[in-house]
Amino acid sequence: MSRTMTYAEAVREAMALAMTRDERVFLMGEDVGIYGGAFGVENDLYERFGTDRVRDTTISELGIVGMGVGAALMGMRPIVEIQFSDFTAQAMDQIVNQAAKLHFMVGGQANVPLVIRAPGGSGTGAAAQHSQSLEAWFAHVPGLKVVMPSDATDAASLLLAALNDPNPVIVLEHKLLYKQSFEVPDEFPVARLGEGRKVTEGTDLTIVATSIEVQRSVEAAKILAERGISVEVIDPRTIRPLDTALILESVEKTGRVLLVQEAAKFGGYMAEVSATITESEVFGALQAPVKRLCGLDVPIPYNPNLERAAVPQVEDIVEAAASLVEAW
Amino acid sequence: MAVTSKELATDALRQMWQIRLFEEAVEDLYGRGMMHGTMHLSIGEEAVPVGALRHFREGDALTSTHRGHGHCIAGGADLGRMMAELLAKDNGYCRGRGGSMHIADVATGNLGANGIVGGGVPIAAGAALSQKMRGTDNVTICFHGDGSVGEGAWHEALTLASMWDLPVVFLCENNQYGMSMPASKAFKVEHISEKATAYGIPGETVDGNDLEAVAEVVGRAVERARRGEGPTLVEALTYRWRGHSKSDKNLYRTKAEIAEWRDRDPIARYAHDLLEDEVLTQEELDAIQAAARQDIRDAVVFGTKGAEPTVEEMLAGVYAPTPEEVQA
Ligand SMILES: Cc1ncc(C[n+]2csc(CCOP(=O)(O)OP(=O)(O)O)c2C)c(N)n1
Ligand SMILES: [Mg+2]
Repeated sequence: MSRTMTYAEAVREAMALAMTRDERVFLMGEDVGIYGGAFGVENDLYERFGTDRVRDTTISELGIVGMGVGAALMGMRPIVEIQFSDFTAQAMDQIVNQAAKLHFMVGGQANVPLVIRAPGGSGTGAAAQHSQSLEAWFAHVPGLKVVMPSDATDAASLLLAALNDPNPVIVLEHKLLYKQSFEVPDEFPVARLGEGRKVTEGTDLTIVATSIEVQRSVEAAKILAERGISVEVIDPRTIRPLDTALILESVEKTGRVLLVQEAAKFGGYMAEVSATITESEVFGALQAPVKRLCGLDVPIPYNPNLERAAVPQVEDIVEAAASLVEAW
Repeated sequence: MAVTSKELATDALRQMWQIRLFEEAVEDLYGRGMMHGTMHLSIGEEAVPVGALRHFREGDALTSTHRGHGHCIAGGADLGRMMAELLAKDNGYCRGRGGSMHIADVATGNLGANGIVGGGVPIAAGAALSQKMRGTDNVTICFHGDGSVGEGAWHEALTLASMWDLPVVFLCENNQYGMSMPASKAFKVEHISEKATAYGIPGETVDGNDLEAVAEVVGRAVERARRGEGPTLVEALTYRWRGHSKSDKNLYRTKAEIAEWRDRDPIARYAHDLLEDEVLTQEELDAIQAAARQDIRDAVVFGTKGAEPTVEEMLAGVYAPTPEEVQA
């Protein structure tokens, strides 16, 4: 049995499930109460769980995350929402210097089971300070786990997994996905952090893609199939820890790999995936150089045509994949 | 109402009408799908920037917010280039890269709108530091919302600006809400201006829908700053008639409350007072409104005629050219 649900509804249902099952779980963030969340994710949650557990805050990101850290230290299971992932910049001290390191710094005496949810990505015309994809910032910090759900089931399953984890987990949702509908199971499975997913099977090329680029890659794979190119799309789902085995196994089989991310290229997350592949024992199986297809190295522009041009679209993936297979 | 000259009154009224009609035009273009992204309209708040910037001189600076069209217009920006920017055209202030939330007119001292709540507050203090270090008697006007008072950046900026007696006027546009958070709930003080006490600077609350009152109170703060006596916190009480942005369903306030504030329309009130005090005749009032309407029509025509920006120029626009690059 299955049903249809939007990505936003899946996030909401997962939060509701968690709050129903575990009274330590609560939500804090800007406009998550009566407004229903800037993207409508929370909707009626505050009516169902009350303003004690669905807490509207002032515009104070550092305070919100820091209070999440404190509450987590003292036995609660907070979910904090940062309205746009860009505003994690305000909260960076609490994320990087506090949440990430506390368990280690105090010799394992304490845990920080904190979930930070934040939407990233471009495509809404919100320009440079509301459209970034900042996963590499977080993935770089030892002590943080980072997930990027690419569909409704993962949005719920990864969130439930994050809530079960004794560590701080950053959940980077995508604003363009919120309103999209997906088939979802009757009951959301709890994902395992660090476990990726093979989205399509193929033999000529592996595409590793994250967040919204997963569905763009699947679209591209369909077009490429018509051109006789068989593509295996892999969604790591958790970008830290990374399911290295799944990626290497696929690359060994196909011999070619295209890495697709929305974020700007320089110093981006896919550089890490690339290095992981080229440093590994499957290096010898590569028939072509590892190729990255990323956002342009610019802040996200306002103009809709420029905005579209600034991040990989389906046709860009098709072209990059085809040239990789045809040239090698 | 304090007596005012016919010339000042005419300029002020025309600017308020320009702001109102600019916002209405933007709303209309957006509704017809000719503008994208998001926007934050300042309808109902026009008297604050127009009153505050009466004292603006050559060399003065201002910082603005996401709800910044009014600050920009009152600062003397070109309406056509503003509209072109909102229409994402190359002849816009930001060449279509920034949009509503990033309009700046640096040549006239407008250091820019800001997509980050509180982002402009320390920048304003820094601008004032520069004005002071260079030995000028210039000042910086820092427009910010009630919501930004929740940010650490606000408090850090007031701490530094007061310590160094910087020539800055922190002008809080208290429109009663930070998105859905009522200022009355967010702050335990009755007036945000009371927070000035904690920084040892003057704080004053003014009716933000009374243009001449705003001009008078901000005028005092500006004079104090020009004399080198340091910053002032001015709180202007006003109200946003429209939703926070396009996603707002207005669930957190009542229709009655909105209606009550609409009755305190700053433009109608100013026009009424000018007529009553025989500063302007009804014919003159009508002519001012008609002139402003024509200004906005011209701006829309200018904006729609603009060219599309190119990807190549966008890519070249990320870094400022070094002297060597300029020569080459
Ligand atoms: C750092 C940061 N946090 C949150 C937001 C989202 N946001 C944009 S405007 C806004 C409300 C701002 O309220 P206020 O400062 O009172 O200005 P107003 O919108 O009322 O003019 C919020 C929450 C943001 N842009 N930046
Ligand atoms: Mg406000």
